[in-house]
Amino acid sequence: QDLSLPNGTPVDTSSPASSSSLLNRLQLDDDLDGETRDLFVTVDDPKKHVCTMETYITYRVTTKTTRAEFDLPEYSVRRRYQDFDWLRNKLEESQPTHLIPPLPEKFVVKGVVDRFSEEFVETRRKALDKFLKRITDHPVLSFNEHFNVFLTAKDLNAYKKQGMALLSKVGESVKYVTGGYKLRSRPLEFAAIGEYLDTFSLKLGTIDRIAQRIIKEQLEYLVELREYGPVYSTWGGLEVELSEPLEGVSACIGNCCTALEELSEDMTEDFLPVLREYILYSESMKNVLKKRDQVQAEYEAKLEAVALKKEDRPKVPTDVEKCQDRVECFNADLKADMERWQNNKRQDFRQLLMGMADKNIQYYEKCLTAWESIIPLLQDKPETK
Amino acid sequence: MEDCLAKKMEITVSEAEKRTGRNAMNMQETYTAYLIETRAVQSQSEGQCAPVDSLWRRYSEFELLRNYLSVTYPHIVVPPLPEKRADFVWHKLSADNMDPDFVERRRIGLENFLLRVASHPVLCQDKIFYSFLTQEGGWKEMVNETGFQLKADSRLKALNATFRVKNPDKRFTELKHYSDELQSVISHLLRVRARVADRLYGVYKVHGNYGRVFSEWSAIEKEMGDGLQSAGHHMDVYAASIDDILEEEEHYADQLKEYLFYAEALRAVCRKHELMQYDLEMAAQDLTSKKQQCEELATGTVRTFSLKGMTSKLFGQETPEQREAKIKVLEEQIQEGEEQLKSKNLEGRDFVKNAWADIERFKEQKNHDLKEALISYAVMQISMCKKGIQVWTNAKECFSKM
Repeated sequence: QDLSLPNGTPVDTSSPASSSSLLNRLQLDDDLDGETRDLFVTVDDPKKHVCTMETYITYRVTTKTTRAEFDLPEYSVRRRYQDFDWLRNKLEESQPTHLIPPLPEKFVVKGVVDRFSEEFVETRRKALDKFLKRITDHPVLSFNEHFNVFLTAKDLNAYKKQGMALLSKVGESVKYVTGGYKLRSRPLEFAAIGEYLDTFSLKLGTIDRIAQRIIKEQLEYLVELREYGPVYSTWGGLEVELSEPLEGVSACIGNCCTALEELSEDMTEDFLPVLREYILYSESMKNVLKKRDQVQAEYEAKLEAVALKKEDRPKVPTDVEKCQDRVECFNADLKADMERWQNNKRQDFRQLLMGMADKNIQYYEKCLTAWESIIPLLQDKPETK
Repeated sequence: MEDCLAKKMEITVSEAEKRTGRNAMNMQETYTAYLIETRAVQSQSEGQCAPVDSLWRRYSEFELLRNYLSVTYPHIVVPPLPEKRADFVWHKLSADNMDPDFVERRRIGLENFLLRVASHPVLCQDKIFYSFLTQEGGWKEMVNETGFQLKADSRLKALNATFRVKNPDKRFTELKHYSDELQSVISHLLRVRARVADRLYGVYKVHGNYGRVFSEWSAIEKEMGDGLQSAGHHMDVYAASIDDILEEEEHYADQLKEYLFYAEALRAVCRKHELMQYDLEMAAQDLTSKKQQCEELATGTVRTFSLKGMTSKLFGQETPEQREAKIKVLEEQIQEGEEQLKSKNLEGRDFVKNAWADIERFKEQKNHDLKEALISYAVMQISMCKKGIQVWTNAKECFSKM
């Protein structure tokens, strides 16, 4: 079958990307454990680079693989956010029927967020690591040529320029061209997915707001606690027999303050970013759905045009056939990706919410320890003179 | 302590009731009346329960009783009444005197006051106190008949007016300073605690929103649905739990408030000493000047300037008879003055001795009570932490089933 994308880029059929073998690969991937996996990617070691024109952070991307598509078994390269962004765009272009994982937000308001603070860099690193791991886990995307180059090239910029030059020769726009066709009605199963995603991102948005509100309330509570504890200490200074007990209570409250600070920090750094990532993911998926609609609309429009021509031989022209293939291929890819996405989502949220519960449990355990340890001090009888 | 009333009689303030009546200006007013129940304590041998006596009193009558006790026993640190108006409130608490929670806490506070007085070795023997508990009608008249208002030193009301006392008992000076500091620190503590309670309330209540959104989210999920829904329920439980937690904490605040007001009573005793010492020193000073006057008149030397002296110099001296008369008056006054000074001195020393004895008793009581209060506060915090762990552990289990 001659599969080609509307912008003329040929789809690599030699890779196990055709819809028939796709489901087989999915089956394999679900059973994926350490032994069957053949590609491992990690993002770590952030470093700050100060140049005349700008200051930026690079991350080390380490790859370990046994795949034939890679020349060496191990690679270690440094990449900056720009490079990840480039990769994502390339993947969206070259694999328009697939859901591409989201990247952490590109722009940060200067002055509000410190781009070089440890917390921000670490949060970003985790998100970038997640991004690459999701691609690694994908049966189609992980074999993408651009992904390969991203992981292996010493000089990525040279490759980027090359790619640009090639495309400018061809004279085609880089972006996936939407035909401007209007879809009459979305098939039921995709409509259901669309509705699900709408509600899902709404609920996530609400949860994000609630989580932020809780953090805000906790910080305000912390402010008051910070004033509260020392008053006991001041009182202790006035007393003789009660001096130690009051100091003890003061110290105890201090410990609770520390525990609360840690809880709020954890929630800000670990919980909120993942939530936001999934909101971006939903948006990506919705865009893929729209693209699918486009492809189907084009097919239906062409089919209709043929029907109106009233030819003697009811032979379906090849380009209409191609459209039909495209639709079927897209539908299959999307369904497979959706299923994989749903499964990962369930695991990710299970982990995320259990993590939230854990952090709260740890907070209360720290406070409990502090208060329990002070009871003997409070009950202590003073030494008889 | 063996003789104290509390051992012989069970005292409770068991009920509170809203009443309407007419006040002194014949205007309609609403107030709360409290039921005081008393019963003689039964010894082991007696089988039957003694009958319960009861009568109703309102807050103003409690105030009258306390004023009477403060004036009649100036050397005693008189137990304080619960606050007249709700103070140190945070947004969930009402500042309204008629609010049922406030009334309930006041009922407990009034009972506590009566028990404190009944277990005080000196105060429990007071007849007016006994009548307050047992005699329904005519009690007010009885109190007023004691004429205690006349004994009240109006200077005690001017809290911050300074009297230049030359030789106060240093212990009282230190104690007055301590009571000022104690009032200040406990006030601060109560204010901040109210703010802490307010904020904590906010944190817990916002979690209730998780309950709702998890429920809505679970509706669109297949496998995750049950786990989310049940976790949401736990979030609702968590949010609701703060109401009881903070209500219990109000008891702790009330314990602190009692000692905030006790500090006031302590200060009053120190003040009384100050005033007595001041009066003593003034009396001594007056006596000295009279003696000097007498001497001057007798010897004819004028050492101190006086208008009389000057006018007599200018307009002629007094006759020897006049001078003799004056000396005699002065000598009488001096004798009176010396006797008064002696008794004032005695009074002063007695006061210091008795007051200090009660202060020592008070100190021990305070240390014991506050320690107990801190322990119960720690226990409350422990309970709150355990509840928190429980709820989040339950939620975690629900999440694990997603």
